[in-house]
Amino acid sequence: MENGKNFLSLQLNAEDFLPATEDEKESLVVMRESVGFWKDGFRRFRKNRIAMAALAVVVLILVLAFLVPLIYPYAYEQQMKGSERLGPFQYSQKELERMAGGEAVFPHFLGTDQNGRDYTIRVLVGARVSMTVGIIASTLILLIGAVYGAVAGYFGGKVDMVMMRIVDVLYTIPDVLIIILLAQVLKFPLQSLSKVPGFGWITAMGPNMVSMFLVFALLYWVGMARIVRGQIMVLKQNEYITAAKALGATDGRIIRKHLITNCIGTLIVTTTLQIPSSIFTESFLSFLGLGVQAPMPSLGSLASNALNGLQTYPEKLFAPAFMIFIIILSFNLLGDGLRDAFDPKMKK
Amino acid sequence: MVRYIIKRILAGLLTALAVATLTFFIMNLVPGGPFLAEKAVTPQAQAAMEAKYGLDKPLFVQYLTYMNDLLHGNMGMSLKKRGFTVNDIIRNKFPVSARLGGMAVLVAVLIGVPLGAIAAYKRGGTADNVIILFSTAGIAVPSFLTSTLMMYLLSVRLKLLPSLGLDSPASYIMPVIALALYPSCYIARLMRSSMLDVIGQDYMRTARAKGVSPFKSIFKHALRNAILPVVTYLGPLLASLMTGSFIIEKIFTIPGLGHEFVSAIPSRDYPLIMGTTIFLATFIIFMNVLVDIAYAFIDPRIKLK
Repeated sequence: MENGKNFLSLQLNAEDFLPATEDEKESLVVMRESVGFWKDGFRRFRKNRIAMAALAVVVLILVLAFLVPLIYPYAYEQQMKGSERLGPFQYSQKELERMAGGEAVFPHFLGTDQNGRDYTIRVLVGARVSMTVGIIASTLILLIGAVYGAVAGYFGGKVDMVMMRIVDVLYTIPDVLIIILLAQVLKFPLQSLSKVPGFGWITAMGPNMVSMFLVFALLYWVGMARIVRGQIMVLKQNEYITAAKALGATDGRIIRKHLITNCIGTLIVTTTLQIPSSIFTESFLSFLGLGVQAPMPSLGSLASNALNGLQTYPEKLFAPAFMIFIIILSFNLLGDGLRDAFDPKMKK
Repeated sequence: MVRYIIKRILAGLLTALAVATLTFFIMNLVPGGPFLAEKAVTPQAQAAMEAKYGLDKPLFVQYLTYMNDLLHGNMGMSLKKRGFTVNDIIRNKFPVSARLGGMAVLVAVLIGVPLGAIAAYKRGGTADNVIILFSTAGIAVPSFLTSTLMMYLLSVRLKLLPSLGLDSPASYIMPVIALALYPSCYIARLMRSSMLDVIGQDYMRTARAKGVSPFKSIFKHALRNAILPVVTYLGPLLASLMTGSFIIEKIFTIPGLGHEFVSAIPSRDYPLIMGTTIFLATFIIFMNVLVDIAYAFIDPRIKLK
């Protein structure tokens, strides 16, 4: 036979007993590489074409709202004499003369408003204000709601009952009442506070916007608290919580390390879906004149101002309206996609 | 069951009491007052006015007086609308808002529930995709945009519908659509996802196996099981729409309760603010109790305790 060995010989081939190489080991591993929570979720998220498109739109709007105004040739509060109430792509007399002189004049894509301010940049900055409000408000809601809901759900019993009755009361008080009253209460304290060094940002944002954040922080976390409480009440029945308790972990540690981390999927999804609803509320308040202060635009105040000239300048309403629609729609679709990807109940 | 209902109603009354107390003190602690805004008021006249409405007494005494009156069903006189009691204002304005809101909720249910059921039944098909597309887009439009865009198209441009007031049946069309768009899309989405859960259940297969037609199995067996989340959503929705949406009432100049409530806040019409807030809060609480009771009737497996 080969190697000249007798076929009855029991002599073994020494090569067969060499340690296996890495490649050979690899080929024998039957299990797939373990897929963690995040990886699994992102893989499923990437497959969802609608959600990916929504993510792209969100990124595009973020760029338009936060980066483009930095390089845009007009400023949102810049009033150009003689260029009032221009239609889309119209030029004023002065600008036409400058163009005749060989100068390049940046076009007003959406025209200008009654004060001669370029409307495109106002819509973009309005989108920035609305997005900022949406994101900051949702973060506040996430922080307060998650902690409150976790504490109520974890301790249960009397603590839970008292905490949830407070939620019921806050849920029932009309929000418009608190917003209007709070705006009046905070007006003077905030104005004096804005003169203190380090608080100059209050003037930049406007006291109304700050009181709006306070309202979100005070009132709108109740929904988040209810959702988190429900999750925690299920999660705390798990064995690993009993194990952690037996090992002497403090309540704070269990909530932080074990409970909150385990409902992180729900938290992400609820926060993403909270952003459009905060933008909704912001544009509603600005529409009522309770939102951000002039000359700072927001999408709601732009839409509200456009109502007066609706017959002659309908595009002044369509532009912010379309922007609100796209922002809310893309965040909603993104949130739905994240829920499908990260919510364990949605796994099929 | 009866014990549960009584317990829930008592808890609800307690919540309403807490809301009333909180509103009373927040409202009074805010600087400013009802008679400051009016120009050319001498200090004597202001003091006289405050004495007339009992605003010169200590806050706690005012609170006790108000609560005592409230328990006797008297919500006081409006400070700004001279000669009208708050009870009168609510009695006059609530029916207007309630009719509009009730119609909107009816439209939302009649559109949302069937659309959601059809979408779930035809899952993945063209009908499903179209319904998902429209309902997702529909919840992305704030009601003030729907109403202004409709007003522009239907009243200003095409001159089909009256833009203001509620004088003719035709003038109900735009406000009702504006109010119903968001809830109908929301209900359709809610209905679709809960219907998909139900369709996967064993009893649905059993129903089909014993020869129930697909249509009947969907609209008789599945619908009743899938409608619970919609009922949960309907309670607070009905309360908030029937007590009046300020935005819609402002845009279409409708004399409803929502408009009355919001315009009372900056003018500090204390009794009117209190009255409308308590009315709204009680309505929401009552609707939530009603939803819980409705559960037991729709789904006999749910035991109230």
